[in-house]
Amino acid sequence: MNILVCVKQVPDPVEIKFNSETASLIRACAANIVNPFDKYALELALQLKEKHGGEVTVLTMGPPQAVDALKECYAMGADKIVLASDSLFEGGDTLATSYALFCAIKKTGEFDLILYGKQAIDGNTAQVGPQVAERLGVAQATCATGIELADDKVLVAREQDDCQEIIEVKMPALVTVAKLAVEPRNPNIRRKIAANKIEMPVISAADLEGIDAARLGLTGSAVKVKKMFAPPVRGAGIKIENETADNAVKALVDYLSNAKAI
Amino acid sequence: MGRENSKNVWVFIEVYDNKIRNVSLELLGQGRVIADQLGEKLVGVVIGDNIAGLANEVIAYGAETAIVVSGNEYKDYSTDGFANALTALVKKYAPSVLLIGATRNGKDLAPRVAGRLETGLIADCTDIEVNSEDRLVEWTKPAGNMMSTSICPDSSPQMGTVRSNVFKKPAPDYNRAGEIVAEDIGTKADDIRTKIVEIIKTVQGETVNLEEAEIIVSGGRGMKGPENFAILKELADILGGSVGASRAAVDADWMPYAHQVGQTGKTVKPKIYLACGISGAIQHLAGMSSSDLIIAINKDPEAPIFNVADFGIVGDLFEVVPLLTKEFRRIKNG
Ligand SMILES: Cc1cc2nc3c(=O)[nH]c(=O)nc-3n(C[C@H](O)[C@H](O)[C@H](O)COP(=O)(O)OP(=O)(O)OC[C@H]3O[C@@H](n4cnc5c(N)ncnc54)[C@H](O)[C@@H]3O)c2cc1C
Ligand SMILES: Nc1ncnc2c1ncn2[C@@H]1O[C@H](COP(=O)(O)O)[C@@H](O)[C@H]1O
Repeated sequence: MNILVCVKQVPDPVEIKFNSETASLIRACAANIVNPFDKYALELALQLKEKHGGEVTVLTMGPPQAVDALKECYAMGADKIVLASDSLFEGGDTLATSYALFCAIKKTGEFDLILYGKQAIDGNTAQVGPQVAERLGVAQATCATGIELADDKVLVAREQDDCQEIIEVKMPALVTVAKLAVEPRNPNIRRKIAANKIEMPVISAADLEGIDAARLGLTGSAVKVKKMFAPPVRGAGIKIENETADNAVKALVDYLSNAKAI
Repeated sequence: MGRENSKNVWVFIEVYDNKIRNVSLELLGQGRVIADQLGEKLVGVVIGDNIAGLANEVIAYGAETAIVVSGNEYKDYSTDGFANALTALVKKYAPSVLLIGATRNGKDLAPRVAGRLETGLIADCTDIEVNSEDRLVEWTKPAGNMMSTSICPDSSPQMGTVRSNVFKKPAPDYNRAGEIVAEDIGTKADDIRTKIVEIIKTVQGETVNLEEAEIIVSGGRGMKGPENFAILKELADILGGSVGASRAAVDADWMPYAHQVGQTGKTVKPKIYLACGISGAIQHLAGMSSSDLIIAINKDPEAPIFNVADFGIVGDLFEVVPLLTKEFRRIKNG
């Protein structure tokens, strides 16, 4: 059983501070973490390996410092880690990103099961997984909260708003993983030390046979950002300060009945 | 696909439990606006089994044409079956715009289809407009602490997903005339590589339908712990509303994810949104700032939630909320 997990390094949302004067987020000092949903995907992969044997490979595409994310995955128990990094990959929309990942996966090996996070918490598109599945021509299942092997198929528990679907998916398959009932395991200290010593080969665009550079990064993106702007402010209304709770509540109830809201 | 000769605005009509999802009807409303701006037609595409009755509804909600693909292989949603049918239709008719609801199944389908057609796809848009100069659709959505507007200038169709409650559902007109086109697109059983083997209804209590709640009482990190959500539930019950939560509260496991409001949770548009112990981070605002009335209770007078609140109380929620409940209970009991 060969499992590939694709992870992305993202800024830590807890580290992102809000500046209420400029109403903007202070990102400068934000530390980077492994995208939380990708960690759930890795946890599932490691559990499957423990039960059925095989090998877990982790792939990321990103800047050179994304190697830290890979080392964390190694310390959690991944057997192999692979970094694809090239300025040509930068700034892609999901179409270009999925093309680069597809080429990198082809170069990395053959897999029965490919796990993705449901979405990356920086962009939140939840599109890269299905688009890689499309390029690979494999079956997909999204938003999984559990996976079990059944011969040449996997059984996937898929969350819907009001129910859980259990679906049978033919392998090879690509499954995107949502929040699990268990938290991802902690990195193992010995593996952490070992991870620090790993010399990582870096895959660049030139290493990927037959790759079409015109389909990568910003150039290869179908979606172009036209403008960025501050969100429209919704004017503040009444603010009750330095009042007893009793008076504040009375004022609120009056306000709501005047507004005919209740 | 190239852009030449592409024409008409399409809405993928999602069927769930034999009914059209609200978000699809909302998209017919905004699709109508876009189609009129472009001077093109609005088309709804329904895929399913025994769905003939739904075509009239698509027309009542504003489409000129309903394209219906029916067959037993489309009884349940499957990525392979639906992607096959939808891409076949797009290749045949070449629409200029394709809108899909950002539901679980919509977000499973849309990227697969956009990937197959090699076209752009913008996720979770909060506004869609046509630029009158270049006639391109402009897709707006939150991006970090800013908003971004994107276009898809060179490929077709221009695709985007939209959450429920972003656009208003139009009023249906069952006397509207329209054309119903049945398309026969078979998908071979072998080509559908997934099969639903079981559906387990979510147990533990009631299902949350925040998207349709008229009143939402939400709690954040200021709630201090899971047990305190009981006071919000009590208030929500008196008001006939539902309980929401910030991501901080969900991440701390105080509330299930289904209650999360915001960019990575639900987008809600209730008559009253009451935020208790929520600071008002941009990602939270992204999910609730179009509520009719926003009320905030927070002990920090500088909390950004007060910048959007119609009525704010600077105070301790543990004092204010129980008093509010008491007051509403008194009013209710006359
Ligand atoms: C990519 C991304 C996506 C995100 N998506 C979402 C999302 O979908 N939804 C979401 O909510 N967040 C989201 N976030 C997180 C968001 O940035 C904030 O971290 C989060 O909303 C904070 O939750 P909070 O307001 O409950 O907590 P805090 O910011 O910690 O605020 C707690 C508030 O409670 C007040 N308080 C404390 N005690 C009391 C008391 N006794 N009485 C009254 N007030 C009290 C405090 O003054 C404070 O203002 C996202 C972040 C990122 C980076
Ligand atoms: N640069 C990347 N390298 C590896 N995996 C990625 C990358 N970008 C996205 N992914 C994977 O795709 C998932 C969905 O990302 P997104 O579509 O951006 O929300 C993530 O959870 C990751 O598993």
